[in-house]
Amino acid sequence: MLQQKTVASTGNSLVAEAMRQCAPDVMAAYPITPQTTIVEEYAKFVADGRVHTEYVTVESEHSAMSACVGASAAGARVMTATCSQGLAFMWEQLYIAAGLRLPIVMANANRALAAPINIHCDHSDVMGCRDSGWLILFAETAQEAYDNTIMATRIAEHPDVLLPVMTCLDGFITTHSIDRAQVMDDETVKGFVGEYRATNMLLDTDNPVSHGNFAGLGGTYFEFKKQHRQAMNGALKVVKEVGAEFAELSGRPFGVIEGWGMEDAETAIVCIGSTAGNARHVARELRAKGEKVGVLKVRCFRPFPAADIAAALKRLKAVAVLDRSESFGEGGPLFLEVRSALYDLETRVPLVNYIYGLGGADVRLELIERVFSDLSDIAAGNAAPGALQYLGTR
Amino acid sequence: MATLKELTHNQDRLAGGHRLCAGCGASIAVRQILLAAGDSPVVAGCATGCLEVSTTIYPYSSWRTPFIHNAFENAAATISGVEAAFKGLQRAGKVPADKKMKFIAFGGDGGTYDIGLQSLSGAMERGHDMVYVCYDNGAYMNTGIQRSSATPLGAWATTAEVGKAQKGKIQRRKDLTSIIADHGVPYAAQASVSHWKDLTMKAEKAFACEGPAFINVLSPCPRGWRSTPSKSIEIAKAGVQTGFWPLFEVENGVWRQTVKTPALKPIEEFLKPQGRFKHLFAPENADLLAAVQRGVDEYYAYIQRRCECEGE
Repeated sequence: MLQQKTVASTGNSLVAEAMRQCAPDVMAAYPITPQTTIVEEYAKFVADGRVHTEYVTVESEHSAMSACVGASAAGARVMTATCSQGLAFMWEQLYIAAGLRLPIVMANANRALAAPINIHCDHSDVMGCRDSGWLILFAETAQEAYDNTIMATRIAEHPDVLLPVMTCLDGFITTHSIDRAQVMDDETVKGFVGEYRATNMLLDTDNPVSHGNFAGLGGTYFEFKKQHRQAMNGALKVVKEVGAEFAELSGRPFGVIEGWGMEDAETAIVCIGSTAGNARHVARELRAKGEKVGVLKVRCFRPFPAADIAAALKRLKAVAVLDRSESFGEGGPLFLEVRSALYDLETRVPLVNYIYGLGGADVRLELIERVFSDLSDIAAGNAAPGALQYLGTR
Repeated sequence: MATLKELTHNQDRLAGGHRLCAGCGASIAVRQILLAAGDSPVVAGCATGCLEVSTTIYPYSSWRTPFIHNAFENAAATISGVEAAFKGLQRAGKVPADKKMKFIAFGGDGGTYDIGLQSLSGAMERGHDMVYVCYDNGAYMNTGIQRSSATPLGAWATTAEVGKAQKGKIQRRKDLTSIIADHGVPYAAQASVSHWKDLTMKAEKAFACEGPAFINVLSPCPRGWRSTPSKSIEIAKAGVQTGFWPLFEVENGVWRQTVKTPALKPIEEFLKPQGRFKHLFAPENADLLAAVQRGVDEYYAYIQRRCECEGE
């Protein structure tokens, strides 16, 4: 079995380390709290001569992704990191990176969007670009942030995918907390991600190609979108395959969804990111009291593993979907996706939606307890699934 | 500098058959500048705009050299990324260490003076080994002749209309060439499609210098200027001879006027052939016409002063 080093480190530090090990040819990034320590640590790798990466210290996030697009089209392995206002600022470029089928890997340190301005965790930044055509992976822990970064490189560059991948970790909670993690040696990571061989690269001046052409006539735009859709549909298989290979190598299981207690659970919480830890903690306590509760964590949000989720939830008596982002005027984004995934089931699964933790509001254990208590009432037929609820506000 | 005869033997990297209008300055500038790259491999990029939309209609491309269009405001950042990839891949040993390559971005005045200024400023400050060329036709021509910060004082534009209360653009144009020169880049210049030899010399210098170079090229737009396509070069020439568009370069901080215009012609010679200035010649707008002349004189004097004070 592979020897790994156990370290005490922050999520951001582990993301920077994983990026170093994946050895991008170009990193173009702009600092923003709480992503900053990723780009700072990477700058130190550059200064110490530990990477061959050309590090482009751009003047904005928009230029960060613009330079990433140029560099990736040129044929380089390219990485960056951002969050929140920065992600919103590069929104236009997210669509272009995906539309040009450029396998860029970007870490996103999930942070709330202004206004009012806030620097703490929620998922409204990444959820805002869920239709941009990127693959989106979420980490619960620093370890998963490290692992996702390495897997993302392989997935993005897979010939059947060739799409950018965003690896998300919760701002401050995961980015800045020191956690225990296992780190692989450089050679193992290098071997796992392999060498990137770009096609149609700009730097192949003997075989000139044009990127970003005008597809505004004759319906070709529509055809490009169909190919993009097909690649995204096929990407789920690749994510699972790469995840399985990585799990075999690292000894750490990977699933596009990861369940706890789901085998015989009667009620469950579905959530994303660091909250899964809190939810499992409460579920474990309730299990000790004999309650059949479970937790389902969604680790791959795009492509959305709808069939896996339906299979995991179909026998449940009540399910709560916890959204750490708003979709004003409708249910939370995760709730909408989960409810849609369950539509074709023979039996209707009672679903309830909670919005929680916006702008870094604490996800206290008693809030999770309340959700399980609500679910217990619904499962027992003592309450009907109610309308969307804000969890933890005054 | 290459002679005209020598230039004719160089590869024409922008193929004919593109959809730009007759008399458009952009394609003239692009072809002339790319000729000056000689045999060097070149990666080109351009901002969203007429040049992009007319040369890249899928499944066709007019570019006989690797080309990328990203968006409107980021041609400089995009090409800076291509240049970074070249360096990174050289360091990785995937591109031969001794290989030389040129990187060039084109943008109109909209994509350069206005929405792309931050991206351009960032790329110039970072010192990428790249050339940025602005084809300045003085308005957002691709979207229908809306005013830009490069639009001259008094010019009509569809967002600087001429009526009872307003007579065209009420502000003077931004002096972008000086702004970029003041970034301290190794090479910045102002050129015109009417002066091919001067333009070629500047393009050669821009390609030859290590680090960022910038050329601002006066590029007539018959649609937007409301001018006759066959007169484009003559009008651009008048732009130089009236002092509206002085030709100068700033090489490693040394300012030099490259084409001397000892006796400036009156600004009317530049304005008259262009319908966008028609209202300036109405008797009631005489003051505005005088203000236009004054603005041109002041700008010309400013450039001359810098060439004298910061020249060799």
